[in-house]
Amino acid sequence: MFEFLKRTFIAIPIGFYTTLKNMLRKPVTFQYPKEKVPMYPRYRGLHFLERYEDGSERCVCCGLCAAACPSDAIYMEPEETENDERKARVYEINELRCIFCGFCEEACPEEAIFLGKEYEFSDDDRGKMIYTKDDLLVKWPREKPSHIKFIREKRRPYLK
Amino acid sequence: MNWTLILIQVVKVIAVFAVLLTCCAWMTWLERKLVARIQTRLGPMNTGYQGLLQPIADMFKLIFKEDITPGHVDKWIYNLAPLAAFIPATLSIAVVPFGDSITLFGERIDLVISNLNVGILYVLAVTSLGVYALIMAGWSSNSKYSLLGGLRSAAQMISYEIGMGLAIVVVVLMSGTLNLVEIVDKQSSVLDWFVFKNPVAFVIYFICAIAETNRNPFDLPEAESELVAGYNTEYSSMKFGMFFVGEYANMITVGAIATTLFFGGWHGPILPPIVWFAIKVAVFEVFFIWMRGTLPRLRYDQLMAFGWKILLPLAVLNVLVTAFFKL
Repeated sequence: MFEFLKRTFIAIPIGFYTTLKNMLRKPVTFQYPKEKVPMYPRYRGLHFLERYEDGSERCVCCGLCAAACPSDAIYMEPEETENDERKARVYEINELRCIFCGFCEEACPEEAIFLGKEYEFSDDDRGKMIYTKDDLLVKWPREKPSHIKFIREKRRPYLK
Repeated sequence: MNWTLILIQVVKVIAVFAVLLTCCAWMTWLERKLVARIQTRLGPMNTGYQGLLQPIADMFKLIFKEDITPGHVDKWIYNLAPLAAFIPATLSIAVVPFGDSITLFGERIDLVISNLNVGILYVLAVTSLGVYALIMAGWSSNSKYSLLGGLRSAAQMISYEIGMGLAIVVVVLMSGTLNLVEIVDKQSSVLDWFVFKNPVAFVIYFICAIAETNRNPFDLPEAESELVAGYNTEYSSMKFGMFFVGEYANMITVGAIATTLFFGGWHGPILPPIVWFAIKVAVFEVFFIWMRGTLPRLRYDQLMAFGWKILLPLAVLNVLVTAFFKL
């Protein structure tokens, strides 16, 4: 009997109070396409190829990223420029194979390839998921400020 | 035959019916919204401002769904059951007074569809008709889940109707009349509200009323986790919609009757009577939804034990004590 009274006159009001408290809280839902969750600094999304401040490509097509890639997603062919420099003629990343581990970024000696924060690049065509050099190189002139400095400091502090 | 009187009556019926159905529709919105907030979600957001057009979208969805009649059902009763659920739910609002009489075009109009002098008996009779719909649906579906749901609802409604009746007897004892309009008139000031005069009767009535409407925590007839959807498992399209509207109409009716019997009906200061009535009913509906978001479903034996071993003796005792003090 005492148990019953306790359940009825103490537990139930406590329950109502709890739900009332939650009713007055701000909902945790994000209305996804309209409002996006801010990504964490170390989030690894779609790749991009970085440029020097004068606009020339950083990538020298050394093949270290392709060697480091555990899922064999990177394919490249080198070529020579007019002033005897080495650069990539073909540079493709198969984003379907990529596991976004970030090893390419760590392997790169020229700080050319990075994983950005873009994550909305799904498609219904497998062919479109192979990103070519044109897709990966950052637009020039830049539309957004370079965050190479941020990556050096925050993502790869062990290189200092 | 006075044609203006008939016209007034028809207009009243149509107006009340329209308001009731509209309220039913937006009750679904309110319920989804409030339960969502209890679970710190947003609820419907994409149809209109804050999802306010969601009921219309739901209605169109239900109407355009295929109306399946499974091969193994008893067709007549199967098709009749949704109507039997919907009609009694809307009928009992007819005797509930929702305002004082007003004078319009020189005619005195009572703001109640039917000023019946056995109003309470009518309410009890009509609300208990609802159980037939559930049994009909459960039996005619020829499905184990439906049958179990229907049987449960029958047992539950019979058990809880006794408690409800006895709680209402207390009100009748205190007011000395069966007429709902006169019961409201007896509670013209706040201190005369029967909820303050006899809170036990109100609590019993309220618990039984929730059980009658098959709402949480007494929604055993349609317990999703055990019975799929209970008595309406085999229903689709607008037939399912009828059960749904019937349930919400029942909730509103129960709220209206609780307001009338215990919370002074349309009486209240400053604001016009209809507004007061609407506010009181709305508070009840919000509480219903709040309760749905809070309490878990009872186990079946707990439900029966609670109804017969606690509510019924309490109600009888309450009647005896009230009658004793009335003497």
